[in-house]
Amino acid sequence: MLAKGRSMQELLVVSGLRKVYEGQGRRVEAVRDLTFTVAAGELVCLVGPSGCGKTTLLKCVGGLLAPTAGEVSLAGSPVSGPPPGMAFVFQEYGRSLFPWMRVRENVGLPLKQKGLSKQRRRELIADALESVGLSDAAGAYPWQLSGGMQQRVAIARALAYEPDVLLMDEPFAAVDAQTRADLEDLVRGLWRQRGITVLFVTHDIDEAVYLGQRVLILSGSPTVVQEQLKVDLPDERDQLHTRVSPRFAELRTHVYEQIQAAKRGEPDGLRKDTPPLH
Amino acid sequence: MRGANTALGTAGLAAFLALGEAVPRLGLVKEQYFPPTSRIAGALRDEFAETAFWTALGDTLTGWALGLAIAVSAGILAGVLISVVPHLREATASTVEFLRPIPSVALIPLAVLLYGTGLRSVLLLVVYAAFWQVLVQVLYGVQDVDPVADETARSYGLGTWARVRHVLWPTALPYVMTGVRLAAAVALILTVTAELVIGAPGLGARIAVAQTSQAVPEMYALIVVTGLLGLLINVGARTVERRALAWHQSVRGEVTV
Repeated sequence: MLAKGRSMQELLVVSGLRKVYEGQGRRVEAVRDLTFTVAAGELVCLVGPSGCGKTTLLKCVGGLLAPTAGEVSLAGSPVSGPPPGMAFVFQEYGRSLFPWMRVRENVGLPLKQKGLSKQRRRELIADALESVGLSDAAGAYPWQLSGGMQQRVAIARALAYEPDVLLMDEPFAAVDAQTRADLEDLVRGLWRQRGITVLFVTHDIDEAVYLGQRVLILSGSPTVVQEQLKVDLPDERDQLHTRVSPRFAELRTHVYEQIQAAKRGEPDGLRKDTPPLH
Repeated sequence: MRGANTALGTAGLAAFLALGEAVPRLGLVKEQYFPPTSRIAGALRDEFAETAFWTALGDTLTGWALGLAIAVSAGILAGVLISVVPHLREATASTVEFLRPIPSVALIPLAVLLYGTGLRSVLLLVVYAAFWQVLVQVLYGVQDVDPVADETARSYGLGTWARVRHVLWPTALPYVMTGVRLAAAVALILTVTAELVIGAPGLGARIAVAQTSQAVPEMYALIVVTGLLGLLINVGARTVERRALAWHQSVRGEVTV
């Protein structure tokens, strides 16, 4: 495990984050007060009821939106625009990939902007595409690929960028269940191999528990962190066994209850810490 | 299917030409003003043999190409600038909407006053007419930028000009291509109009000369040439469009995955 090899320092710190959208006489408080940290090499899942400002939060973390109050800092320096150490994977892969570029150009464009040499770019592109199992598709256009493959390309683009933190915004919400399971395993595999820090937003409770080392449960809008839950499942996880293990069921039930509580607007659901084994 | 369409098209054209031959010969219209197809074809052959014809054709094409090139460059530049600079779009919208509908031919007196009967008069009219076609399309195209694509580019550290080049420009390109195709047709119309009315050298001026000297078949032959030019320009523009937009939905069709 790479995550254990590193010192567990806090890489990403979100403190007192608040985002209010103002416009046309309407004032929407999407995120009220969010504070959490992500350690280097950690895989953290953010889960919450739909419309709870998950995407807003992630965009603030990624420097795409300026928060109304509070601060995001990456490796000690405050985030004021998209930092070079972060890569973003969007839910809408079809719109996030550029249809006028072939797969290899899509993956290579951010590297060009980084000013890497042609040789280095080629290596990174080949390596990233191989990691997601798409070496053969380098010359294809994104729209010639299936949805799952397109999202793999988007993941490859993020990997090639060599980020410290990978931000994923409901990346598998628009693919079918089978593809989704494959992509979940891909992300976990890549995370373990490469030791990247991953912040993964999802509305799917099972996905959050299956993927994460830690699950942050968000409340309904306006959003605060309802609970932080450590997922004490073994590091070796697979779709077949992990998902039917009793511990998985307990954890997912717990998260589910918390989210239901969050929807009802109860300040705190049940317990603060990891639910004990029954 | 395609072969059948081509055959039908050819048959239709042949029927039209035959009709053009038969109607004057049958005396349904005055042959003096509507010469039969064969006489127009003969006049066309004679035109091809004359150096003056080729010079006129060259003049027309020069006016068209130069005017179009200036209009397209200016239209793209202005369109991108207006879209990228904050508030410029709102500030210019009403002015554009006022200037755009002014028919270019209304500027003929001005063109003559400024530049007499030379190429520059033609260019003034052509550029004015073609510029708006391109500008308006660029403005539409730029609005079509997908927010997700733009956010993707921003998240990977692409600055303003990198985004203009890699996101905004490819997004606007289909619109630009439509603008260029429309502008190319309008530019030809205005080139011939300017030559016809102002008397700038070119096919238009030659049509005017044929008309005043009662050379009716020659006049028709020249009109046929301008029609053929229009056709070629449209086919050419479409070919360029298809090449440049091979990735675009309108060209690639639906891909089944």
